[in-house]
Amino acid sequence: MIDAYEESAGMGERINQLKPGQADISHGTILYLEDVTLSFDGFKALNGLNLTLDDGELRCIIGPNGAGKSTMMDVITGRRKPQQGRVFFGQNIDLLKLPEHEIANGMVGRKFQRPTVFEALGVAENIELTLTGSRSPWRMLKVRSTTTERDRIDEVLTTIGLIGLRDRPAGVLSHGQKQWLEIGMLLAQNPRILLVDEPVAGMTGEEVVRTAELLVSLAGTRTVVVVEHDMAFVRKIANKVTVLHQGSVLAEGSLTSVQNNPKVIEVYLGETPCSN
Amino acid sequence: MFSRKSLGGNDTGGLIVMLFIALMLVWVSVGNLAVHESSPWHVSTYTVTLLGKFLCYALLAVSIDLIWGYAGILSLGHGAFFALGGYGMGMYLMRQIGDHGQYGNPNLPDFMVFLNWHELPWYWHGFEHFWFAALMILLVPGLLAGLFGWLAFRSKVSGVYFAIITQALTYALMLAFFRNEMGFGGNNGLTDFKEILGFSITENSTRVGLFVAAGIALILGYLIARTIVRSRFGRVLVAIRDAEPRTRAAGYPVAQYKLVVFVISAMLAGVAGALYVPQVGIINPGEFSPLSSIEAVAWVATGGRGSLFGPIIGAFAVNYSKTELTTIAPDLWPFVLGGLFILVTVFLPKGLISLLALRKKRSMTEAAPPNETPRDPGSKIANQHNAPPPQEYLP
Amino acid sequence: MKLFVKQSPRHDATSLWPSFARILLLYLLAGMALSIQPACAGSVATAPAGRPEPAPNVATDAAPSIAPASATVAAIAGDDGMARTTALNALIANPPADAEPIFHALDQGLLYTQTVPVTRLGIADAAGQITDALTHTGTGNTHDATWQVVAINNAIRIKLRPRMDMYDLQSPDAAKRRAATDDLFSARLTPEFLSEIKALEPKITDPSVQANLKKLVASFELNDTNPTVRLAAITSVADALDPEIRAKLANLAQNDTNPTVKATAIKALTAIDSRVAGWQFAQNLVFGLSLGSVLLLAAIGLAITFGVMGVINMAHGEMMMIGAYTTWLLQQLMPTHLTAALFLAIPGAFLAAGMIGMLIERGLIRFLYGRPLETLLATFGLSLMLQQAARIIFTPLNRAVALPEFMSNSWVINPVFAITYNRLYILIFSLTVFLALLILLKHSTFGLRIRAVAQNRAMARACGVHSGWIDALTFGLGSGIAGVAGVALAQITNVGPNLGQSYIVDSFMVVVLGGVGNLWGTLVAAMGVGVLNKFLEPYSGAVLAKVVVLVLVILVIQKRPRGLFPQKGRAAEE
Repeated sequence: MIDAYEESAGMGERINQLKPGQADISHGTILYLEDVTLSFDGFKALNGLNLTLDDGELRCIIGPNGAGKSTMMDVITGRRKPQQGRVFFGQNIDLLKLPEHEIANGMVGRKFQRPTVFEALGVAENIELTLTGSRSPWRMLKVRSTTTERDRIDEVLTTIGLIGLRDRPAGVLSHGQKQWLEIGMLLAQNPRILLVDEPVAGMTGEEVVRTAELLVSLAGTRTVVVVEHDMAFVRKIANKVTVLHQGSVLAEGSLTSVQNNPKVIEVYLGETPCSN
Repeated sequence: MFSRKSLGGNDTGGLIVMLFIALMLVWVSVGNLAVHESSPWHVSTYTVTLLGKFLCYALLAVSIDLIWGYAGILSLGHGAFFALGGYGMGMYLMRQIGDHGQYGNPNLPDFMVFLNWHELPWYWHGFEHFWFAALMILLVPGLLAGLFGWLAFRSKVSGVYFAIITQALTYALMLAFFRNEMGFGGNNGLTDFKEILGFSITENSTRVGLFVAAGIALILGYLIARTIVRSRFGRVLVAIRDAEPRTRAAGYPVAQYKLVVFVISAMLAGVAGALYVPQVGIINPGEFSPLSSIEAVAWVATGGRGSLFGPIIGAFAVNYSKTELTTIAPDLWPFVLGGLFILVTVFLPKGLISLLALRKKRSMTEAAPPNETPRDPGSKIANQHNAPPPQEYLP
Repeated sequence: MKLFVKQSPRHDATSLWPSFARILLLYLLAGMALSIQPACAGSVATAPAGRPEPAPNVATDAAPSIAPASATVAAIAGDDGMARTTALNALIANPPADAEPIFHALDQGLLYTQTVPVTRLGIADAAGQITDALTHTGTGNTHDATWQVVAINNAIRIKLRPRMDMYDLQSPDAAKRRAATDDLFSARLTPEFLSEIKALEPKITDPSVQANLKKLVASFELNDTNPTVRLAAITSVADALDPEIRAKLANLAQNDTNPTVKATAIKALTAIDSRVAGWQFAQNLVFGLSLGSVLLLAAIGLAITFGVMGVINMAHGEMMMIGAYTTWLLQQLMPTHLTAALFLAIPGAFLAAGMIGMLIERGLIRFLYGRPLETLLATFGLSLMLQQAARIIFTPLNRAVALPEFMSNSWVINPVFAITYNRLYILIFSLTVFLALLILLKHSTFGLRIRAVAQNRAMARACGVHSGWIDALTFGLGSGIAGVAGVALAQITNVGPNLGQSYIVDSFMVVVLGGVGNLWGTLVAAMGVGVLNKFLEPYSGAVLAKVVVLVLVILVIQKRPRGLFPQKGRAAEE
């Protein structure tokens, strides 16, 4: 058995020389997960998971705790390598052969479940670090911020409504503001796929509405995957929903269709009362 | 204009410390060389050497702060790089002895003659040239740090695990250097130096020269470190320190960043060691002891990590107390040092500088590392207590 | 033939005797001239084979007598040193039935002689009371002018030793029997003695002694002039491992003039060498496991505090030091009851270190949960203070702890394989502690609570577990085990303020290598590091072996950051 923790070499060994822009999405599919299995000490967090994402779609992923949602995100972002299966970006980029940071560069961006921002840095600096561009240490030693960069930062900050707080340390932001900042960091990173884990946890009603609007507006130019427990929120944004259960797909389709799916009802009502 | 607001945006403290060091360099040199011994303004050669030692310690502290305070990498083996730099200088100084040694052998250092060796080991060649030794002082610690860091960071070894294996590294080096067969003088190390760059090492003027060199090295080292942490590279380091998974998810090759800063830090430590050796006149395997490394970490913690100038204050304060106390009550020193560790970690996590209030409230939250250790994936330990520390745990 | 002559000290000695002494001897011992003569003449031509076997413990007519006024006793009591030596030699070579006490007395300088009123031998006891050597009745004491002590010289002593070994071979005490065979191996034996041993062999009931005697005889016969005898001897020592025999075989294999003997010797030597190599492998393995058991003891407490609680306790070594000092103190309190002191020390050290551990947890560590690097520094500070405290209280001197009887000595399995009892007991002890801890953690309520708090503090608290107390008790448990490790360490090394320090780096490496939170991993890692160390030592020396092991461990950790046996699951990763 391949050790789940034997993660890829992180020192920038470029196995796959293709750039994100060179991804072949002629079939309209941006991400393929085929028969992905990842187990922890016998427990199969992912069990033969198959999932495809169309370019530009907005997909909601729901499922009870332990269904494998976060693990799936770990696999897509390259944080964990599965024991078996294939993960492709477009037709031609094998994500399993790429280190995490290369996947993050232009392909897949991720918002963590717990809002994670660089608390010691300023709000604007948080965005600045995630702007697209070379991530080489040498460049970072020399680089000075340019007008273009500053404009882009202001643009993102305006979008997420934090422009007034641009010089504050990120650590002093409220929970909801941190969520927004992290979404802003994703915007600055400008990946083709955005994985958003529980984006509205800890947000007020108004903030939730704005988040929903933002995510919907992002879809189309980007592919957005939202993992959320809040069914009301899912209802606001979803057109296609995937239900995960015990590491594989239980049901897929429109929200109404999955909500009427007897298997889904059994999982939710029979096993884990999903109140959250 | 937010770039001004970056780390250490408020740099009054650093400026004051640098000015103070520059002043000290001038005052001590003049006081020793130009003021007559009978004058109360005379600075004794003992003081010159003592302060010179402290300057080297301060540079070591800066090098540790660069990785610990900014990148969150705690090395408990930085003394190893310091000692390697020291050995590099020691080897040059041994070769300078020439035939003035006890055995009068122009080709072999005394201890080799004593061990009945007939030839200079290959790795001693070249050390008769100062430029070569200087190169090695940078290269050897740098290469070791590069190799070690490459192995460690690519496998995401971090937090306490990294601390423990760096400690093992310096421990292993200590054991190795204790062996006579290594060709570094074994137990006794390298000593009995006579000349450096043609100047007698016992001469007052040479001592002042070395002292000034150490001071300049500290200022340069500080400026290098400051340039690094104020660049965007430095902000990436802080990002890694506070949220390593986030930084990786933002597309940064975290291992490369850590490696670069670790190597730079090791080189600074090597330079500190190289300047230390001619001033104290000896280098032996004791410098590799885990205790020396951990003491250096204590200077940084005491002064205040994540500020670059705090560790300089820490190195001077702790070592000055040590010098004073070990003459008055040598038995008490371990209690003071041990107590210092406890007091600083429990009550003063940001070090002395937070007492001095040199920095304004706002920048405190910016540059100082958060109380809680970064939740990087390597330091499982923090997260074994899954919940954040409950309120009642706080003093 | 030349070899034999060289090997016979008896021959050398006799050749130095002035001829008159020899004549005197012949005169005095006329009755046994037949049995003595061949040796005295230094001749091997009249080999022992044809001569009547002297029965060692049966008085024959030819034997020198120790009866009062006998010629032998007269010579011993006489003023003529040469005559005395000759008489004693004769007595040793061919002792009468009840001579054993006399030899003991002679060996200890307690044999006395009297010429007035009658020439006889007496044996003094420790108090100086002399009893008649034969009748065992009191006859005076050492202050009496009539009694003279019999002086003994080295030449006699050399001969006396194998004789006394012969008695010991039949002793009821197994240890004495074994010591006697070992001793005979190193003694320089005459051919007569060898015959005597051969004769004794069938009477020995202890099989190991019997086997040893066979080996002993064979080892002398390897030097026989007769190739047939040599060949037979080679065959009979084929399974011997003793270095002396190996050396003799090596000599034959190289120098023997007889090709058959030479070839056989070479074959036997190869077989022996491969078996020796096998035993040495086993020896290394056992030494390695022994070192591993010490590492295990040192690391097992850490596996609790570091592995289960996630607390980096750099003062762990000082907990061991406290345990070791407890052992030493208890021994100072009851110096006459070493075993009892040791058994008291185990709970004593556990409690002492455990209490201090709980104090540390409540007073310091609980303020630092979730800040592992700070915990590391603070506990390091603590370790400095504890060490210095020990230096002030107990002085910086290293104290030696005396081993109780049952732990001294070693268990000799064969000449190339022996293990000291203290190491053996520590191996057993560490495995016992390991198993006890495993059972405690897996099968007790306390263990359940420890694991519950370690895995999810908030949930455990919600379930009614008093997490503060559990933290303190868990830390106390880890420290207590460190204290117990200190008891074991005190049995193999000196007790001093730096005792713990020398183990702390190793123990952390072991825990990290084994996989934090995995007790079995700790066991495997400790034993693995120990064994690897011992197998490297012959090639690289002790220090370099340690360096190599440290470097290897560093490399392994970098390859497998979570140790060899990582705790798997999401909880370990998040």
